[in-house]
Amino acid sequence: MNTRVATGLMLASTIALAACQKKAPEELPPPPTETPAPAPAPTGPAVGSQQHFVSAVGQENTVVYFDTDRFNIDAEDQSKLQRQAQYFSQYSQVTFTIEGHCDERGTRDYNLALGERRANAAKNYLVSIGIPANRIRTVSYGKERPVALGSNEAAWAQNRRAATITIG
Amino acid sequence: MKYVLFAAVALMAAPLYAQNQQDLGQPLLEGGEVETIDEGEGLSGSVSFEGNLDDLGIAIPGFATDRDVATPANASGTAALGKELARVITSDLRNNGLFKPTGPDALPQPGFSEITAPNWPTWSNRGAEMLVHGYVRGRSDDRLTVGCYLYDMALQQELVREGWVVQPADWRRAAHKCADLIYARLTGESPFFDSRIAYIAETGPKDNRTKRLAIMDSDGANHRFITTGRSTALTPRYSPDYKQLVYLSYVDGNPRIYVYDIGTGRQTLITQSSNPTFAPRWSPDGRWILYSMAVGGNTDIYRVSARGGESQRLTDTPGIDIGGSYSPDGSQIVFESDRSGSQQIYIMNADGTGQRRLSFFGGRAATPEWSPRGDQIAFTHIAGNFNIAVMSPNGRNLRTLTNGWQDEAPTWAPNGRIIQFFRTERNSGKTGLWQVDLTGDNLRRLPTPVDASDPAWGPILP
Repeated sequence: MNTRVATGLMLASTIALAACQKKAPEELPPPPTETPAPAPAPTGPAVGSQQHFVSAVGQENTVVYFDTDRFNIDAEDQSKLQRQAQYFSQYSQVTFTIEGHCDERGTRDYNLALGERRANAAKNYLVSIGIPANRIRTVSYGKERPVALGSNEAAWAQNRRAATITIG
Repeated sequence: MKYVLFAAVALMAAPLYAQNQQDLGQPLLEGGEVETIDEGEGLSGSVSFEGNLDDLGIAIPGFATDRDVATPANASGTAALGKELARVITSDLRNNGLFKPTGPDALPQPGFSEITAPNWPTWSNRGAEMLVHGYVRGRSDDRLTVGCYLYDMALQQELVREGWVVQPADWRRAAHKCADLIYARLTGESPFFDSRIAYIAETGPKDNRTKRLAIMDSDGANHRFITTGRSTALTPRYSPDYKQLVYLSYVDGNPRIYVYDIGTGRQTLITQSSNPTFAPRWSPDGRWILYSMAVGGNTDIYRVSARGGESQRLTDTPGIDIGGSYSPDGSQIVFESDRSGSQQIYIMNADGTGQRRLSFFGGRAATPEWSPRGDQIAFTHIAGNFNIAVMSPNGRNLRTLTNGWQDEAPTWAPNGRIIQFFRTERNSGKTGLWQVDLTGDNLRRLPTPVDASDPAWGPILP
C-alpha cells in the first residue's frame, strides 16, 4: 500500500517537473503508435492485505486446527501451510502473524502457553519449507479470542487453531 | 458511675500512650495508615459458649460516639458512622457464614459510657451469647479513633478489646479489624477480613471480551479499576506489601508481564526479553517474582528479583512448565507441568532442584496454590468438569470442594480457611468470583460490579 502511494507521488512529481520546462523540445516526439490499452488499474485487494491473502489461498487454508491439548501439524495442516508458503514465496515482501488459540476448556495460564506452542508449530513448519523465520511473528491469545461461541465439541474444535494474519 | 467515667477517660486517652503503632507505609487509595492503639490487656477468660460456632449468636449494636462531629469519612457525622461500622462487621461475619450476627438496625443503640460497661439487662434476652460494643471518635487531625470490645454475655465479662486510628477514607478497615478481632478470638484462627483482592473485570460479548485489572476490599467495597480495558489484562497478583501488582497485559500486542506500581501508576516489564511471558507470582517475602516465559514455543518457569536484574531459569523440560506457588517459608515451589503428557502438579526446591510430580489421582491438575498456613495445596482438578480441590503438600488426601461446570484458579484467604476462585457459565461464558470454606461449606458468590475472573487474594494488610 505504502509502496503504491509513493510510486504515485513520484509519477505526479515527474509530471509536475515536465510541466515546468519552458523551452520547446528541439525535436518533436514521434507520433504515438498503436499500443494495447494499459491493463486497468488493479481494483482488487492490495498485495499483502489479509483480503488478498485470503482470496489467493482460500479462507480454509489460512487456519489450521488442533486436537485437544495437541499442537502437532498433521497432513491436512501441512497441505494448508504449503498453500500459505506458496503465497509468501510469491510475495516475498509480505510479513505475517500466526495467532495461536485454544478452546475454553483449559486453565488460563496453560492455554496461553499452549496457544504459543501451536503458533510456533505452524511457524516451524513454514520455516522448514523455506519461509524465513524473520517474516513470521507469533502471538498466543490462549482462550481469550474464540471464533465459535458455543460450549460444545464442535465449537471447541473451531477454536483450537493457528490463524495466519498478514501484516498489511 | 464515677468509676465508669474514669475507665472511659483512661481508655480514650490511651492513644497518647500507644506503644505498638503500625506504620502502614504508602497509602493504597486516598486513605492512609491504621495505627493500632495499645489499650492494655483485655481480660482473656475462656469463652463460655460450648456449641457449634455456626450457632453462636452475636449482637452488634451501633458503635457509640462521644460527640457527633462531621468527618470526611461520610456525609452525616460520627454517630451515623458508628452504625455503619457495626453494619460492616455484621456483613463480614454473616456473608462468610460465621456465627449468627444481629446488626445495629435490629438493636438498641448503646451510649458512649456503656461501651466499657455494658448494660447487661438490655442485651440478655436477645438470643445472643456474645455482645460487641465499640466507639468512634473524630480527632482534631480529621483521623478517627475506633475501639472494639467483645463481651461474653453468660460471664458478663470482656473477652478482648482493641483500638485503631485510621484515616477517614480507611474507616472500613477499622470495621474489618474489629470483625477480625471477634473472629480470631472466638475461633482461634488467624484474621482475614482486613485484606484486598485483585481480579479481572470482564464486560462485552464472549468473542470480544473487555478485560480490566481491578482491585477491591475483601468484602467488595472500595472497588477501583486500574486499567482502561483498551488492551486485555489477565492474572494479577498483589505484592505482599500491597504496593505493586504484577499482571499480564497485551498493551504492546503481545502477552507480557508488567510490574505496576500502585503509588506512582508506573509500570515496567518484568524482563527485557521480547518473548511472551505469563503467570506471574510473588514469593511470600516479596523478594522474588516467578514468571513463565515461552522461547520458541516452549514455556519454562523463571524467577527474578523484585528489584529487577538477571532472571534465573528454574525448569528446563520440553513440556509446558508454568505458574508456581511458594510454600509459606519460601523454600519450595509447587507448579504445573505437562511433561508427563498432561497437566499435573509438581514440586521443586526454590532454586529449581529436586523436581518431582505430586498429583497422581486421575484427571488433570492445574493452577496449584499453596495455603498461607502451609498445610494444603489448592488447585483446579480437571476430570470432566473443572473443580476446585485441595490436597496435602505430599500429594495425598484429595478433597474436591466445588461442583461447577468450570471452576478455576483458586486463591487463598490470608488465613488459609477460605478459597476464592472464578466460575465460568457454560455457553454464555459469563464469569464470577466465588468462595468456599476449606470444609466445602458456605459456597457463595462475591458481588462484583461486572463479570469477574482471575481473583488473587492478598495477605492481611500491613
